[in-house]
Amino acid sequence: MTLKKIAEILDATIISDSDDLNVQILNACSADMMSAVLYYHTPNSLLITGLTQPHVIRTAEIAGIKTIVFVLNKKPDALTIDLAKQKKIPLLSTPCCMYTASGRLFSAGLPGCLTK
Amino acid sequence: MALNITENIDGIFQLIGGNFSTAGEASTQLKHKLAEIGVDEEIIRRATIATFEAEMNVIIYAAAGWLHYYITPGSIKIRIEDMGPGIENIELAMQEGYSTAPEWVREMGWGAGMGLPNMKKNSDTFTVDSVVGEGTTVEMVINFP
Amino acid sequence: MKVKDLVDQLSLDVRSFKDGLGNDITGAYVSDLLSDVMGNSKKGNVWLTLQTHLNIVAVASMKDLSAIIIVGGRQAQEETIKKAEQEKVTILTTALPSFEASGRIYQLLK
Repeated sequence: MTLKKIAEILDATIISDSDDLNVQILNACSADMMSAVLYYHTPNSLLITGLTQPHVIRTAEIAGIKTIVFVLNKKPDALTIDLAKQKKIPLLSTPCCMYTASGRLFSAGLPGCLTK
Repeated sequence: MALNITENIDGIFQLIGGNFSTAGEASTQLKHKLAEIGVDEEIIRRATIATFEAEMNVIIYAAAGWLHYYITPGSIKIRIEDMGPGIENIELAMQEGYSTAPEWVREMGWGAGMGLPNMKKNSDTFTVDSVVGEGTTVEMVINFP
Repeated sequence: MKVKDLVDQLSLDVRSFKDGLGNDITGAYVSDLLSDVMGNSKKGNVWLTLQTHLNIVAVASMKDLSAIIIVGGRQAQEETIKKAEQEKVTILTTALPSFEASGRIYQLLK
């Protein structure tokens, strides 16, 4: 599923506009606990989270996460946005809560991330 | 696997407790170092996840700490020493879901009780030594295939 | 839909307060942050989380949630289960990760 399609499904805004909207996302992981993200196998995954601090970007980079979507219209600060740009990780913000965001994407055919 | 490494490489990072804004910096730099010398992607992933969890533990619990790494043609060893409160019951701390993290740490997305288990899961040998009131030392080795 | 229907449909394990299986479900909320759940969940919601800590029971009880589903194959600690029995909070567990569990419940409640 492309980033563009994901943004449409979630009525999401793209936080940094320099990003490639055709990047392919293989699956998704919903979590606020960063160790859960690190526990799963998430290369080329989408992370759906309610946290917006810089360490979320670093977790994503280490876990190979391709894109992050922040729920409940949360917007990260400039420091986080800069770090994400530097790491080439596109950021989205959706008005949906984590449940609705997960539900919509799952219903649209996006699978969950691998658990191994 | 042909690694671009002619002599052993080592290095050290200093970690400062409570500094969430640069948390993960040491692990990320290590990741790039491993990529530079051509280490397999899955091995890099395991090494950086294990290192990052250890780094976060220092940030969350300790006043300060040091992360040492030693890369040889056969493996990477990571040793993280901290000046922290120490772990009272290591067996309990190794249990998934057990955490002594305060609520504010959980609100930052850490302290789910998965840190030490994640470190163990991703390393080939894993040891943890701790003295209450003095600090904790974690040593992890990840072998190259 | 009742909690029991969800248990049957998703093969959830019931870990505490079986009497709560008759509770009506008004929707679902997914979060690992207690302050978020305190602020945004609604009465009768099932709450999906991978937190297993004792404090989840107090949150579910204060917000009158219909059940807690601990996702990702994690197990609630013994003290959490004990507290949940006391507070009459139903705790369920599933091996499904958060995203997939949310997706399936979303489709069932639609």
